[in-house]
Amino acid sequence: MRPEASLSFADSFAPALLDPARSTPEVVTGPNGKAAGRRYDVYRNNVTVSLIDALAAVYPAVQRITGAEFFRAMARFHVRSNPPTSPLLFQYGREFPAFIEAYEHAQDMPWLADVARIERAWLDAYHAGDAAPLLPTRLSAIAPGRLADAVFIPHPAMRIVRSPFAAVTIFAANRDDAPVDRIDASRPEDALITRPEFDVAVRHLPAGGAVFAACLASGQPLGEAAATALDASPEFDIAANIAGLIEAGAFTSLACGDAS
Amino acid sequence: MSTVIQPTRPAATPLRFATPIGGVAGTSFKPEHLPDIREAGPRRGFFEVHAENYMGDGGPPHRALEAIRRDHPLSLHGVCMSIGGPRPLDKAHLARFRGLVARYQPALVSEHLAWSTHETSFFNDLLPLPYTETTLACVCDHIDQVQEAIRRPLLLENPSTYVAFRESSMRETEFIRAIAQRTGCGLLLDINNVFVSATNHGFSALDYLADFPLSHVREIHLAGHAEQTDDEGDLLLIDSHDGPVADAVWKLYEIVIRRRGAVPTLIEWDSKIPDWPVLQAEAAAAQAILDRHQSAATGGERHAA
Repeated sequence: MRPEASLSFADSFAPALLDPARSTPEVVTGPNGKAAGRRYDVYRNNVTVSLIDALAAVYPAVQRITGAEFFRAMARFHVRSNPPTSPLLFQYGREFPAFIEAYEHAQDMPWLADVARIERAWLDAYHAGDAAPLLPTRLSAIAPGRLADAVFIPHPAMRIVRSPFAAVTIFAANRDDAPVDRIDASRPEDALITRPEFDVAVRHLPAGGAVFAACLASGQPLGEAAATALDASPEFDIAANIAGLIEAGAFTSLACGDAS
Repeated sequence: MSTVIQPTRPAATPLRFATPIGGVAGTSFKPEHLPDIREAGPRRGFFEVHAENYMGDGGPPHRALEAIRRDHPLSLHGVCMSIGGPRPLDKAHLARFRGLVARYQPALVSEHLAWSTHETSFFNDLLPLPYTETTLACVCDHIDQVQEAIRRPLLLENPSTYVAFRESSMRETEFIRAIAQRTGCGLLLDINNVFVSATNHGFSALDYLADFPLSHVREIHLAGHAEQTDDEGDLLLIDSHDGPVADAVWKLYEIVIRRRGAVPTLIEWDSKIPDWPVLQAEAAAAQAILDRHQSAATGGERHAA
């Protein structure tokens, strides 16, 4: 009976939850002096398994590619070293792609981390704020001489993921249960992720498209963004790219100098 | 208590108390059931959601919840506020919770007597606390803050536990009664939790219920549990929410409803989720018991044995 007892119970209870090397906290007990080992292990198991499940929910294609056993072993390491810091589990796992990149048993799948980055961006797009996408007619209403000054406001769901591997094709082939054909993983692919209404869409951007979209999303005027994209990829096609981005729902509005 | 909570977005409408929903049975809302629910149209009952699943900015989760809320009363059940923890409440999380209450005007709003965050880590489990004067004061302070933020009473849920703390100096029922008296909060009585904890700690579920402040109960939870064993090889029940309500829990439920009168009752089923008709059948079983006791719904605790 120590009614003046401090609030330190959590300091004693918490550290062993994700550390199997630690023994059962002294502060807990079973009834009538019974042991608390297996009882405390229920909490350890709940915490570890539910956080691994949370990563599996964010990264279903990665799990399909590696198989559940490989995935859960890899996720267990990550959960123990990087537990979530937010109670919103759909935010969890931002460091997981980098973890995969460094994971010794995943070195023969160098594209796996980029597939994970697309999945993380997919879920961010899914939960992003609602906004009506820019109508294509807004662009055609601008006088040709003013087009270079047009500045685009990105849609809250818009994301870009660049990869030196065929990450978009591998992602798309593994988000459902359909059989997967052989994929040449060595072809570089950049992904555009959008959610114009309620369905998240992942597109493969053409050459120069990722640089162009990133410049526009950062607030560069159209002319400047196109020049940067052309520097990056001589085959960059401005008309096809701007039409494609607008059709995908990448923007919500545009402004054109004093005409805005 | 003068804490000022800034919502993440301004409340669209002033907060108000939602109409009481009476003695109806509800179910956990699972998005995979949405097509079946919409096809069936408005029905008697309510839906309960875990608040944290709807704390994103937009997208399909809010569309689904709006569709549900249009036709049915809603119960907003927080899982991660860490009310039972020693650390100050997460102000950003409290603001998100308040925002959901303002936006969806739920009929019921509840949280747990448990904690899940410590230092910077979120453990995603409902962890236990010792029952002492010190923890009581801390829990009451946290509930004051939540009620201040949402401007309505919170319903606090009794936990299921697997261990006890050596330093505990109060019974759980005594602790919960003191919280209800000091903060004015209502209670969410989870009868499966009572059954699980009674088995795990070797006390009588009937004694617990006899000592529980039933007049403060505004909602009941029923759920399934799983079986394991403890270090001594004795039965240890796990609050798994992955199956039908056990017969013994139904019996306790009927005893509680006979004493308390009909109160909103939720069938909680959160993993190995069944098809919609299976979940609906569990709710219908609870509704049948409620309907037998509807006349007693408003009287509070009855003292006849």
